[in-house]
Amino acid sequence: MKELSLNILDIAKNSVTAGAKHIGILLHEEADGWLTLTIQDDGKGMDEETLRRVTDPFYTTRTTRKVGMGIPLLTLAAEQTGGTVTIRSRPKETHPDDHGTEVLATFQTRHLDFTPLGNVTDSLCVLIQGNPEIDFTFIHTAPTFSVAFSTEEIRQILGNEVSLAEYEVIAWIRGYIEQQYE
Amino acid sequence: MKSLAELEAIREKMKGKVAIRDTADNTVRVVVGMATCGIAAGARPVLNALAEAVDKQQLSDHVTVTQTGCIGICQFEPVVEVFEQGKEKVTYVKMSPEKARKIVEEHIKGGKVVTEYTIGAYKDAK
Repeated sequence: MKELSLNILDIAKNSVTAGAKHIGILLHEEADGWLTLTIQDDGKGMDEETLRRVTDPFYTTRTTRKVGMGIPLLTLAAEQTGGTVTIRSRPKETHPDDHGTEVLATFQTRHLDFTPLGNVTDSLCVLIQGNPEIDFTFIHTAPTFSVAFSTEEIRQILGNEVSLAEYEVIAWIRGYIEQQYE
Repeated sequence: MKSLAELEAIREKMKGKVAIRDTADNTVRVVVGMATCGIAAGARPVLNALAEAVDKQQLSDHVTVTQTGCIGICQFEPVVEVFEQGKEKVTYVKMSPEKARKIVEEHIKGGKVVTEYTIGAYKDAK
């Protein structure tokens, strides 16, 4: 992937597939250059066997092809900077009240092989456009700035009649997030 | 500044439009493959270009841009499929934002399939 934000888009789509009603995307940058990415959902979760296999490129849930590169690509992006990827999951079967998955990845942004973060706002807008019924929370903190956005607030204003996927709504969300980065 | 008041104005404006679209029978569905393969090949800017062009050409009353998973032809990503009522599906391959804008202009607005970008043309050229 050319940008880390594309990995974020890709991994968050797994949460969509897992039937999540709420997906959190958190980015935290430290002054020493370490970046932590957390993608958490309240989807159906994975059992230990599945959890063990998602890091294997030859494991996938999709039916059109027999390889799944999402987690392996994220792992590559993290490990080539000296970082790691940790996945924790609580399956619905054993955790009916607090099921879900959390993908935590760390990156050293000063490492030569760090993939630039790219346009996270763009990825978030694509996720909302494609899944207007899901709630997304986005928080990006760094020593010099802090960005926060939640679809819940937006949904309250829009009501049931207007979808979050409407072009004008997405354009507004894009501008709303971008102005926080300025 | 993007304010919440601005969002309220959008809601008031959109309310009526949504009702019209729901009853329209000449709808066009533009679908972008957004699995790992599509994303890695550049589907995100293609999707954005399509959504922007549909809005710019004022086609949003009957055209929707949606996302799907892996279509199964990863080597041709980014892939865009156009579904029109009563017509055969058109599959565009190796898309770029520029090509996407041309498809909205010539195919979706103008009604003329951009043959050179279709999967058939791509395979023939090989």
